[in-house]
Amino acid sequence: MSIVANEPEVSLDIARDLGLLKEEYELIKTIMGRNPNFTEISIYAVMWSEHCSYKNSIKWLKTLPREGSGLLAKAGEENAGLIDIGNGWACAFKIESHNHPSAIEPYQGAATGVGGIHRDIFTMGARPIAALNSLRFGDITQEKTKHLLRGVVKGIGDYGNAFGVATVGGEVFFDACYNTNPLVNAMSVGIVRIGETVSAIALGAGNPVIIVGSATGKDGIHGASFASQDITEDSHEDLPSVQVGDPFQEKLLLEATLEAIKTGAIVGMQDMGAAGIICSTSEMSAKGKHGMDVWLDKVPTRQQNMKPFEILLSESQERMLLIVEKGREQEVYDIYEKWDLHCVQIGEVTKGDHLTYFMNQEIVASVNADSLVLGGGAPVYEREYHAPAYLSRISEFSIASIPEPDNLKDAALKLVQLPNIASKKWIFEQYDSMVGIGNTSSNAASDAAIIRISGTRKALALKVDCNSRYLFADPKKGAAIAVSESARNIICSGGRPVAITNCLNFGNPYNPEVYWQFVNAIQGMGEACRMFDTPVTGGNVSFYNQSTDDGPVFPTPTIGMVGILEDFDERMTLYFKNPGDLIYLIGESSNDLGSSEYLSNICGITYSPAPHFDLQEEYNVQQAVRSLIEMKLIQSAHDCSDGGLFVTLLESAMVDNCGFDISSDESLRKDAFLFGERQSRIVVSVSKDKQDDFIEQLLSGDVEFSMLGEVTDSEIIIDQENWGEISTWKKYFDEAIGIEMKQ
Amino acid sequence: MKFGVVVFPGSNCDRDLIHVLEKVLQQEVVVLWHKEKKLPDFNRHDCIMLPGGFSYGDYLRSGAIARFSPIMNAVVEFANSGGYVWGICNGFQILCEAGLLPGALLRNINQQFICKNIYITPADVASPLSHSLNPGSAYKIPIAHAEGRYYADQKTLSRLQQNKQIIFQYCDEYGQVNETGNPNGSQLNIAGICNETRNVFGMMPHPERASEEMLGNTDGKLLFDSFISYADALEVDVIDDLLR
Repeated sequence: MSIVANEPEVSLDIARDLGLLKEEYELIKTIMGRNPNFTEISIYAVMWSEHCSYKNSIKWLKTLPREGSGLLAKAGEENAGLIDIGNGWACAFKIESHNHPSAIEPYQGAATGVGGIHRDIFTMGARPIAALNSLRFGDITQEKTKHLLRGVVKGIGDYGNAFGVATVGGEVFFDACYNTNPLVNAMSVGIVRIGETVSAIALGAGNPVIIVGSATGKDGIHGASFASQDITEDSHEDLPSVQVGDPFQEKLLLEATLEAIKTGAIVGMQDMGAAGIICSTSEMSAKGKHGMDVWLDKVPTRQQNMKPFEILLSESQERMLLIVEKGREQEVYDIYEKWDLHCVQIGEVTKGDHLTYFMNQEIVASVNADSLVLGGGAPVYEREYHAPAYLSRISEFSIASIPEPDNLKDAALKLVQLPNIASKKWIFEQYDSMVGIGNTSSNAASDAAIIRISGTRKALALKVDCNSRYLFADPKKGAAIAVSESARNIICSGGRPVAITNCLNFGNPYNPEVYWQFVNAIQGMGEACRMFDTPVTGGNVSFYNQSTDDGPVFPTPTIGMVGILEDFDERMTLYFKNPGDLIYLIGESSNDLGSSEYLSNICGITYSPAPHFDLQEEYNVQQAVRSLIEMKLIQSAHDCSDGGLFVTLLESAMVDNCGFDISSDESLRKDAFLFGERQSRIVVSVSKDKQDDFIEQLLSGDVEFSMLGEVTDSEIIIDQENWGEISTWKKYFDEAIGIEMKQ
Repeated sequence: MKFGVVVFPGSNCDRDLIHVLEKVLQQEVVVLWHKEKKLPDFNRHDCIMLPGGFSYGDYLRSGAIARFSPIMNAVVEFANSGGYVWGICNGFQILCEAGLLPGALLRNINQQFICKNIYITPADVASPLSHSLNPGSAYKIPIAHAEGRYYADQKTLSRLQQNKQIIFQYCDEYGQVNETGNPNGSQLNIAGICNETRNVFGMMPHPERASEEMLGNTDGKLLFDSFISYADALEVDVIDDLLR
């Protein structure tokens, strides 16, 4: 193998600089039977990076339930999960992180995160119909956090709004552990006719390999390797590792690609995300058990004189790799020409399993496809782990050490203005939530976003969820809660949970305490997914979310869940409808303030246990509410989560400017009753004429329930004390984040 | 009558508009590609619609490039011969850039993209879009734009008022035209206008997003109904005249 001009001879130092371990460099030499050249070592470095290879996570990911009756593709088999939703339709969905780029350049980092996840969906032939996101930031009072929040929100908005897919849901959480490492997780959901999907596969020797979309530039080179390191004070020097997004190109690429698929001439397709051309060519080849000859000088480039490794590794956005049936190229060229996009043959599929890259007829790299990829030759590691030292501080917590507040109303008023509780309207009003006219929740709020499937009576129920503070206290329980809360939200909206995608954000996997968090989170997630029969269809792992200043972030395995409503009439909303309706709590209350927003951010307690949670109890509560909805016995259902019962009641009341009059449970501390976050509780409202049937139905099951009080015209009354008008509370709740952002 | 919906590169409300026109309002729709130079078989009782979105990415200024699309010459000609042209959101911006409507749409006063339900009230019921609406009533229609702040010089504003060219004004939920109800800082709370001859309309709010029960809001459908009944009645009059 010749050495490409001006490229250094490869040594261990160079391999290490590119992020490879000594043993990995040795393994590469064994696989190749020679010393790799610089282009080749760059290829291995990026393909074997944590980001592409999942080398430190795959062992545990395989323990998650990954099969189910409705799955049309197994986890990891395609670019995204694919489930059967009936009537001949399938739903493709996936969540992915873009944390490291967003920490350095929040606007482009978040924008390209959105673009990348939509491409994963339409590369399968599905039209994206909804986007969600899950964001984590540091202390909102810090100027740096405000800068990151503004940039990320504008990035998500500018990309998603122009691309034209509604952002229908999300969550935003603030904690100082995310000061240096914000998390940006984006989810896309699309639909496609069953049988009209396209696979990420290279088949048929002689078939042309075609690149479409944007020209290839020098942006994002080594982006995948960058995402596989801790953030340090020098990370801003990695700025060229951040990609630049162009939603207009992506919109054209979407329309052209869906049109091209209709010709039937496309054999396989994969978008270009992390590790660009090298990743698409190797993954498609390995999957199809074929090889490829690729002519890098044919790739349209933005700059002149790009080196082979730069073209191979570039993460320029809005590009796709197509394998087209030989002889039918022109049909595909014509469509991309109509949409004014590049569409250029850059190689052909070959027999065997070898990838050969040429530059002006000269071979610049020659590697085995299978040796590069996850499930093939990429290394798999078992990391050691042990329980973190901080757990002892958590077990020391006693609720008796927390005095009850003198004034509950003042505490409640503070609580509803905390950034984790207050309305996120300052954020979500910057997103187009209605384009595509599928989002039925804009005018009728539910716990999950309800998206209709045009032309059918069906709808999807979508939710992202993760309370990472619970995971910090107990990752196994916390991850089970994240899955359960997603399912609870879908149940409360009238849907049936079907499957999840996950985005696993953790610190450095070589830190045994971080890895213990990871292992336990996977175990808790698996247990809950089995209970709700919601298999994992895919997602991504983002390690190295830690910095020298702030340490690792809370373990944050974000769950993106998809549920189905067989008929839109099954939809349930979260808000009180009529004064006089009765308010019930389904589930049990207890003297539990563990890891609550109140305890953490009003009382200032950092270490406390996760709230009470029992998986079987959770399941029973969900089934009870599902029956109540099916029997049309309730007017509203809203789950109790962050902020506790008081915030749940307030959220149900504010939508239609109702109030509520409730009595607390005398056997409990009032702060625990109102602000505790004990799990598996749902607040429902019932019209008086249905009360008898409602009670009878609940008595036939085995869940606890209690009457709280009733819906009022506009006043909030707690234990006969008047807490004022709902409009006043709403104003504080709605405006808190906007006011903070102006400071 | 029939509708033509123009698809520019970057349009993203075209499919929504086509869905509402065809499936909800049972109208005939012809989809028009921006590279076409002529409008196929349209007469002046038909309506060309410019949908919302980000034509050409809106990278220079909203609508500034789309006005140079090949089809725009035909659209301008069609409008000048009396045909109906209706632009929504990005379509409104394109009509202003193309000179078919006066004024311009500037960046929202808060410098941010805004997507939410707002209220509009008909400033006048002389236009086809508003002739069957109630003056003083508030209609809930969503907006979704970064550049929707209507601006024109004083002379133009006076002329718009004199000629009753202001179709819709932003208002509060009770129909009062005031600052509270103005989401983006538009002059005179202007949400929609028409040309002097009342055959070219532009508006920032999206009636197609509020036209179905399933979406929980049908106020937008009232605008389409108003327009279709007005245009159909005129067409019948003309045919009656011809038959006589």
